[in-house]
Formats: sequence, C-alpha cells, structure tokens
Amino acid sequence: MTIDLILFLILALVAVATALGMLLSRNAVYSALFLVLNFATVAVFYILLAAPFIAMVQVTVYAGAIMVLFLFVIMLLGTDVLPPGKALPWQRPLAGVLAFILAAEAVYLLVARAAPAEEIFRPEAFVNTMESLRVMGRMLFNEYLLPFEVTSILLLVAMIGAIVLTLKEKGEQN
Amino acid sequence: MVPVNYYIILSAVLFTIGALGVLIRRNPLIIFMSVELMLNAANLAFVAFARANGDSNVAYSGQIFVFFVIAVAAAEVAVGLALIVQIFKSRHSINVDEMNSLKG
Repeated sequence: MTIDLILFLILALVAVATALGMLLSRNAVYSALFLVLNFATVAVFYILLAAPFIAMVQVTVYAGAIMVLFLFVIMLLGTDVLPPGKALPWQRPLAGVLAFILAAEAVYLLVARAAPAEEIFRPEAFVNTMESLRVMGRMLFNEYLLPFEVTSILLLVAMIGAIVLTLKEKGEQN
Repeated sequence: MVPVNYYIILSAVLFTIGALGVLIRRNPLIIFMSVELMLNAANLAFVAFARANGDSNVAYSGQIFVFFVIAVAAAEVAVGLALIVQIFKSRHSINVDEMNSLKG
C-alpha cells in the first residue's frame, strides 16, 4: 500500500461521500455546498493526474462561478426545501435498480473490457504549469481552432438566451 | 502508483450517483446539480485516460476536451437556471411533478 494509493482512497472516499450528501440532503443549499466540496476534491485529482490548468479551471469555473450561480438562484427563489408531495411509490426502488445496472455495466465495459493496464504515477516534480499552459494554448489555436470559436459563439448564445428569458417586457404586469 | 482502473471505477460511481439524483429528486435545482456531477465524472475519466496512455500531445488533447466540456456546462447552467426562474415566476412552484401543463 503506497502513499499514492492511500491518498487516492481518502480522496475517493471524500468524493463519493460528498456526492451522496448532495443526493440525500433535504435542503438545496446543503446540496450545493456538498457539490462544491466534491468539485474541489476532483480538482485535487486533476493535480495528481498532472493537469494543473484543468484543476484551476475546475476551481474557478465550477466551484466558483457555476455553484455561486446555483446558490444565488436558490436564495432568489427561496425554494431550498420543497414541500413534501406524493411521490410515485415504485419510483425510488426502480431508480435504485436502474442505477445499479448502469454502474455494473459501466464498470464492466470500462474496466474489464477496454481499460489499459497502465498505472498512473504521481507527477515527479510539480508539473511545470507555464509549459503545460503554453502547449495547451498552442493546441487550442491550431488543431482545435474551430471548436474553440464555436465555443465562444455558444457562450454568446447562452448569454443572450439567459438575458432574453429573464427580461421583463415593456408594459408587462409585475 | 495508482492503477488507472481505480480512477475509472470512481468516475463510474460518481456518474451513477448523478444519474440516481436525476431519477429520484423532484427539485429541478438538484437535478441540475446531478447533471453537473455526471459531467464532472466524465471529465475525470477523460483526464485519467489522457494521463494513462499518452505522450504529451495525446494527454493535452484529453485536457482540451475537458476544457470544452466545462465551457458547455457553464452555458447550459446559465440557460437552465434562467428557465427555472421563469417557470417559478409563472407557476410559483418548481416541483417537477407539477410541471404537467403540456400533458396531452
């Protein structure tokens, strides 16, 4: 049992526990905070996998921007706890069975059939962040130029869509 | 050293928890959070595979794909939350069980 494995197991435990906490807590604010912790744990995994830039994007965009937006909407609507309604009685057991089948299938296909047997080593020294940034920037503007530009249009469309959806029309009541 | 399989199993478990959240929760905000969790699990698998079988170029391709996924997730959240706010304004409830006015 190497130190890497121990580190991985502790982080994996935290990731799964926070995901379950997100799923099971009654209050939506707690769910959002559990999810922030989950994203932070995944960011640590990215650092272990020698992807420091993705780890920082994860923290700023996911744990920062997206989750703040979630919390903001929860506060705005005041719907952190929904009143209990009548659920379909067979919904939860059926969902559990389906989720178990999905997990078994995914593990079987990804691990037993297709996954490479390589082991991942911790990056020897701290990964050179500037070098990895340089390579990623060069690739973004060469091989991935078209997807990059399409992404910028997508973000513009999302921004306009959000503004149009929440805009109050002139003369509209309240 | 950690076998790449462990990362893939963790990713599958997180994805399953996200799918379960979409199936059993009735608050659309939490359904959205579960979708984010699923995207995140897929990203983890991408980075793990990229690290496992790649020289530098393949590894960076995996990371760039994760970058695009994060951008798409941000766009999706912006529009989705705007929709939820609009639905709440018109119906004063966001319980997905009550969103049945399109039922034929």
